[in-house]
Amino acid sequence: MHMSDEELEHMRVQLSAILDYVALLQKLDVEGVEPTAQITGQTTVTRADHVEAALPREAALRNAPDQRDGMFRVRAVFDD
Amino acid sequence: MSELHQLTITQARAALDAGETTALELTEAFLARIAHTEPQVQAFLHLTAEQARAQAQAADAQRGSATSPLHGIPLAIKDVICTKDVPTTCASRILEGFVPPYNATVIERLERSGAVLLGKLNCDEFAMGSSTENSAYQITRNPWDLERVPGGSSGGSAAAVAAMQAPATLGTDTGGSVRQPAALCGISALKPTYGRVSRYGLIAFASSLDQIGPLAWSVADLALLLQVIAGHDPRDGTSAPEPVPDYTAALTGDVRGLKIGIPQEYFIEGTEPGVATAVQRAFAVLQAQGAELVEISLPHTKHAIPAYYVIAPAEASANLARYDGVRYGVRQPGESLWEQIERTRGELFGAEVRRRIMIGTYVLSAGYYDAYYRRAQKVRTLLKRDFTQAFAEVDLIATPTSPTIAFKVGQKADDPLAMYLSDVFTVTANMAGIPGLAVPCGFSEGLPVGLQLLGRPFAEAMLLRAGDAYQRATDWHTHRPTL
Repeated sequence: MHMSDEELEHMRVQLSAILDYVALLQKLDVEGVEPTAQITGQTTVTRADHVEAALPREAALRNAPDQRDGMFRVRAVFDD
Repeated sequence: MSELHQLTITQARAALDAGETTALELTEAFLARIAHTEPQVQAFLHLTAEQARAQAQAADAQRGSATSPLHGIPLAIKDVICTKDVPTTCASRILEGFVPPYNATVIERLERSGAVLLGKLNCDEFAMGSSTENSAYQITRNPWDLERVPGGSSGGSAAAVAAMQAPATLGTDTGGSVRQPAALCGISALKPTYGRVSRYGLIAFASSLDQIGPLAWSVADLALLLQVIAGHDPRDGTSAPEPVPDYTAALTGDVRGLKIGIPQEYFIEGTEPGVATAVQRAFAVLQAQGAELVEISLPHTKHAIPAYYVIAPAEASANLARYDGVRYGVRQPGESLWEQIERTRGELFGAEVRRRIMIGTYVLSAGYYDAYYRRAQKVRTLLKRDFTQAFAEVDLIATPTSPTIAFKVGQKADDPLAMYLSDVFTVTANMAGIPGLAVPCGFSEGLPVGLQLLGRPFAEAMLLRAGDAYQRATDWHTHRPTL
């Protein structure tokens, strides 16, 4: 994300304040506590392994800022 | 009969069934109300007037054969939920002009029930904020006082109901985003249990916390909406397989014998006295109705906001990596692919979104992952345990929804930490995955105050029963702003 020097400085001050605040977490004893990522306790939900109808190509491309020959068009990824 | 735009869903349903009005008449009434009040309120990002009229006419044509209580009822939707062929922007410049090629599951379900879509509602950009001031497009005003914010992030969803532009709306709640604006706008709202409502087609902010929830005047209306949108969806791997009970049948008006926990940690410095007083009176009402009040402790409450502001930005930084101006959204020009991406993300994301992406990538980075992200996930376990222990002793927990009444536009706009603390009473429900209900419980300085009820996972029926019983004994949910 591009940002101007002025904005970076403003962000630096705000982000420092936020990180100082979340440092409150460091004071808590979490020894032996398991982390929670999925709150209702579900694990590895799978679906049946068969082909389903997907979004048609035109619909998938409809919002593309630039496209050619049915593909998303971007500038070259590698130099020369 | 009241004017049509003043009706709740329940009242409008009765009027439709009695033949006193039609879906088209109702829709025209709300469209006229929107035209009249929108210059001040600014709740809508996109109106779908023609589609609404067509849907209303179709509903009128099917009259008599319809079975859903939402049939012919106009509704409006927060602009983070995908609507096929209707622009969906997340109130962000980066999605300006984006037109989803498919409907979210909740939209499919509403359309199948015969509801009418009035339009898309303003919010904080990508649902990040507590005042709706982070919208890239417009500032939504609180209908009770146009100098003040409606809360957020579902500020448009709350303001539209309070301004009687729609009888009910959908919002999303990641840390309080339907409950806090409902409290600040004097209406009711429900954040369901994580997984109760499908997130398919909801543009993701923090996937382990996000839930879609209804906003309306009355708890009885919330029950009607939840009935339609709740249920398992194979397209959302995190949606819950638990059966959906009959929520309206659960509204017995009886709270006798219910044990309601009052957590001491929710009456802290920073809670306005007017808020505390209104909420204490609400507790007394529930007690007079036969509920038993029990003092409880949720000892890790003060760690909820810091843990939330690690976990939510971490997930947001991953979810928002997709906005690169390649497949959809707006692309800024640049000499190279990388310059295009840097400029697209740097110039088209607002300040709060960029703040959260930076915090998120920082707490997920190799050297800080354990100290921040993993630790916050462990604190999440402790928060969940707080509630599990409390719910072994009580049936419900009652608290204020927000520590303050609606604040002035601009008051906290450049102070992210002060803004984050607006959600101090609501984030715990998201962290613990439990349902939370906000209902209006009075006024302070002429502005609405909200009571919050929290319940066990998937105990929405009990939560709605208590909220509805409270509304049978009080009339706060019938007060309307003059606008």
